[in-house]
Amino acid sequence: MAAVSATPSFDELAVGDVVAEREFALTRDSLVRYAGASGDFNPIHYRDDVAATVGLPGVLAHGMLTMGFAVQPVVDWAGDPGRVADYQVRFTRPVVVDPAFGATVSVTAKVGQLDVEARVARIDLTVTFGGETVLGKAQVRVVLG
Amino acid sequence: MNPELQGRVFPPAEPYLVGREKVREFARAVFATHPINHDTEAAQAAGYADVVAPPTFAVVVQEHTLAQLLAEPDAGIDFSRVVHGDQRFTSTRPIVAGDLLTATLTVASVKTLGPHSMVTAETSVTDAAGEHVVTAISTLVVRGEE
Repeated sequence: MAAVSATPSFDELAVGDVVAEREFALTRDSLVRYAGASGDFNPIHYRDDVAATVGLPGVLAHGMLTMGFAVQPVVDWAGDPGRVADYQVRFTRPVVVDPAFGATVSVTAKVGQLDVEARVARIDLTVTFGGETVLGKAQVRVVLG
Repeated sequence: MNPELQGRVFPPAEPYLVGREKVREFARAVFATHPINHDTEAAQAAGYADVVAPPTFAVVVQEHTLAQLLAEPDAGIDFSRVVHGDQRFTSTRPIVAGDLLTATLTVASVKTLGPHSMVTAETSVTDAAGEHVVTAISTLVVRGEE
């Protein structure tokens, strides 16, 4: 379990600060678990034969799974999932999950903009797999009150 | 696909009751380990009625409205050609176990780019009191025949 952390101090933040970094090790099990939890049973996320038939390089992680975990380092930094007021991403590249070795996705969360009046920090995520970014314009607005 | 879909508002989907174990199951699936997502006492200590869902949980509720759109007889959307382009959640407050949510989809825009189409679907989610909780916005790219 993550420690319950205090709310970060808005006044101590500067644009460019890295507020969180984490690696996520995905396996095929992760995809099956997300399929069940979300209700997205598209077989390209668990069947190699179907993925190959539609011309994919392999079984892919759900884009919404990547979106879902990429925000978690920010949630832990903010100290409360309720502080995330807005979260957007663009799905730019797929994450291919190898049946034996899985896939490791890295997340770096940096302060992109500070709205002093609203005391909202825009945190920009860099999400990479195999050295390439998989999410574009990944931005989280965190209310720090 | 049918450009006349733009502006269409679908009937509200069947109300969705957010279960505590569903929140925990979804939290585990997205590697959410914060105690407020799992532990009712931690959630209540932070001022919530029950465990708080992760920021992307609204996709579970939104899914039912996207199914309405894809099933619309005159939409002309071939599901096998749909690619998820981008996604956004804009929240008034987080979803909490016990919420009874009603989701209503509006087709915000339909654009055509050569053989491809882009549809932006906005699903507004309200609680039992009729108050806004979150709006989930998806842009779907429908690849045309080559």
